[in-house]
Amino acid sequence: MKIHEYQAKSILKKFGVAVQDGVAIKSMDEFDNAINHLKEQGVTQFVVKSQIHAGGRGKGIVYNKDSRDEVVYEGGVKFFGDNVEKAKDYAGKILNNILVTHQTGKEGKQIQTLFIAQGLDYKKELYLGILLDRTNSKNVIMASTEGGVEIEKVAAETPEKIIKIWIEPSIGLQSFQARELAFGLKLEGSAFKDFIKFISALYKAYEEIDASLLEINPLIITNDDKILALDAKINLDDNALFKHPDYEALRDLNEEDPLEIEASKSNLNYIKLDGNVGCMVNGAGLAMATMDLIKIAGGEPANFLDVGGTASAETVENGFKIILSDKNVKAILINIFGGIVRCDRVANGVVQASRNLNIPVPVVVRLQGTNAEEAKKILDESGLNIFSATTFEDAAQQVTKAIAKN
Amino acid sequence: MSILVNKKSKIVVQGITGSEGTFHTTQMIEYGSNVVAGVTPGKGGTLFQNKIPVFNSVREAVEATKANVSIIFVPSAFSADAIIEATDADVNLVVCITEGIPTKDMIKVYDYVQSKNTHGHTMRFIGPNCPGIISPGECKVGIMPGFIHLKGKVGVISRSGTLTYEAVDQLTKLGIGQSTCIGIGGDPVIGTRFLDAIKLFNNDKNTEAILMIGEIGGNAEEEAAYFIKKHVKKPVIGFIAGKTAPPGRRMGHAGAIISGGKGTAEEKIKVMNECGIVVAESPADIGITVKNVLEKFKAKAKKKKEVKKLKEVKKLKKLKEVKKKKGNKKLKKDKKKKK
Repeated sequence: MKIHEYQAKSILKKFGVAVQDGVAIKSMDEFDNAINHLKEQGVTQFVVKSQIHAGGRGKGIVYNKDSRDEVVYEGGVKFFGDNVEKAKDYAGKILNNILVTHQTGKEGKQIQTLFIAQGLDYKKELYLGILLDRTNSKNVIMASTEGGVEIEKVAAETPEKIIKIWIEPSIGLQSFQARELAFGLKLEGSAFKDFIKFISALYKAYEEIDASLLEINPLIITNDDKILALDAKINLDDNALFKHPDYEALRDLNEEDPLEIEASKSNLNYIKLDGNVGCMVNGAGLAMATMDLIKIAGGEPANFLDVGGTASAETVENGFKIILSDKNVKAILINIFGGIVRCDRVANGVVQASRNLNIPVPVVVRLQGTNAEEAKKILDESGLNIFSATTFEDAAQQVTKAIAKN
Repeated sequence: MSILVNKKSKIVVQGITGSEGTFHTTQMIEYGSNVVAGVTPGKGGTLFQNKIPVFNSVREAVEATKANVSIIFVPSAFSADAIIEATDADVNLVVCITEGIPTKDMIKVYDYVQSKNTHGHTMRFIGPNCPGIISPGECKVGIMPGFIHLKGKVGVISRSGTLTYEAVDQLTKLGIGQSTCIGIGGDPVIGTRFLDAIKLFNNDKNTEAILMIGEIGGNAEEEAAYFIKKHVKKPVIGFIAGKTAPPGRRMGHAGAIISGGKGTAEEKIKVMNECGIVVAESPADIGITVKNVLEKFKAKAKKKKEVKKLKEVKKLKKLKEVKKKKGNKKLKKDKKKKK
């Protein structure tokens, strides 16, 4: 699960990690209060930061939500020094409009929250990231003197500028490792000492909140040699959310596709894509392979949809509903490998769902496994707009035909 | 014949009385697997389906029944503990079917098993979030449909469940049997990686070819491919799912995600091709690709044998001729001497 910068910072603060202070607002009515609150804390310079689940906000472009060609502002993050009036003007203009960055795609994301934050003067930007290294099943801390830019770029162009420290699961982060990182980042004096405290607190937070990614980019050295997180990105491990029921409140449904939310309610794993052939499959690997097959057959997959291990009539019907709410869908391919689930039961489910929903596009159903032949018979004799197939190859050809007809 | 599990495997089922455990234990027994015990804390002393003894702990089960393989069906919150318990009870193989185990828990489990193994132990775990392992005709420790398999000589390794069934089904329909099929699971931290399974198949005399079915995310396929290039003489066939998957989106499996431009299908296929692995283009062609590669390999091996034979025949002829000449010379010399 992804969370916003302001939420990440509020979590990190609880673990004693030094972060840029700020107040999140959802309407301009809250703006003055936010500024006053920060002023009371001694803040004299201000930054306005758009809160969306995507990177590259500073270089993004804000478009008018009602007329998408109209550029409202260039930049989704702006520094205003002590000029509160200007900051307020900017905040008012961008709030509720659409921010497009290199990570959002053309459709962009609506800015529904602003983080009014303390403006800081700093002399250096660094990079820090913590994640799992899948090659050895250990967490790795990555640090670089090249902060503020995309770390993928640094990794590709100057990999020697990335320092990596692997954490032994049984003993955790050790002091000598923290020092190794600090030396690698060329830190000295009080910044060195500050960093040791910072990284220890940061790693502790990473472990305790069950994060799957924690990125501080940039990590800054302020003019008075303090180490502080200017930005913070946290992804939480979905599998561990049951341990942290309070994190459910951090979920921002506005950032998720409404169809995906609907699907998750019926225990379906759905991801919307841009193609014209919808698909419904049991199992994630087979679902990906089915998407690939659609492409080979001349179509483009409209979605990823895993109905899970057991495909009942009810899950099939819910799957249909979700696929059909995507208006680009011109055909549907159902690919179920029966195995322990009996194919004739799935076939009955498909027929029943088709009758209930009156599906306007051709449906290709490929059932394989236990009772596949009986299933084919049920589908063929249903009198519905359903094309049955037993092999994967056959299914692909049927899809090609179905698209051609439309 | 097979790796890791065979007719001699004695299985203990952790979570045998739960609904998943009950269903799949019945299926495994039907397939002919030797399930000797079950474990459900608090239900020790009872019998599962009137014949299989249930114990409170894996250690008790192992002591009483000499079980050497464990399969885990307990809920995700308790799975890490279950794997560690099985490891501690000294079974040789633990298969964890459960999905949704927190990564943090799995990092600790993996580390614990590794550290135990450096102390003279040899314990292997498969999964989590996997369909398990089957040696067709001998033993099934998992949730895969048994009937689609055929006993034979192709080793199958895969990160997914139903896609493996699909591939196995294609093989069986072409008359190509399998030595052992392992579903290693779709999570970021897994006990047995492609590389580990490839090593086992490479050392198994009865596995003639290996089929590896990967998917986007991570670099386990590449890691295995480099090993194959260096050490594996058996033909290896591959498939990678997720060519059409967009970056940054998790495709069902926690491990199946393209991030920072890494882990794409194209990248994996390129490395696999460079390492001599034949990669099927379409998921519909996995079986036929294996068949073609096997035929080519066998034809090549036959030709090699023939060439070798021909060379040997030639060598033999030459040797005979040399002997003859030498013999003649000797004869002449002898004659001279006699003179």
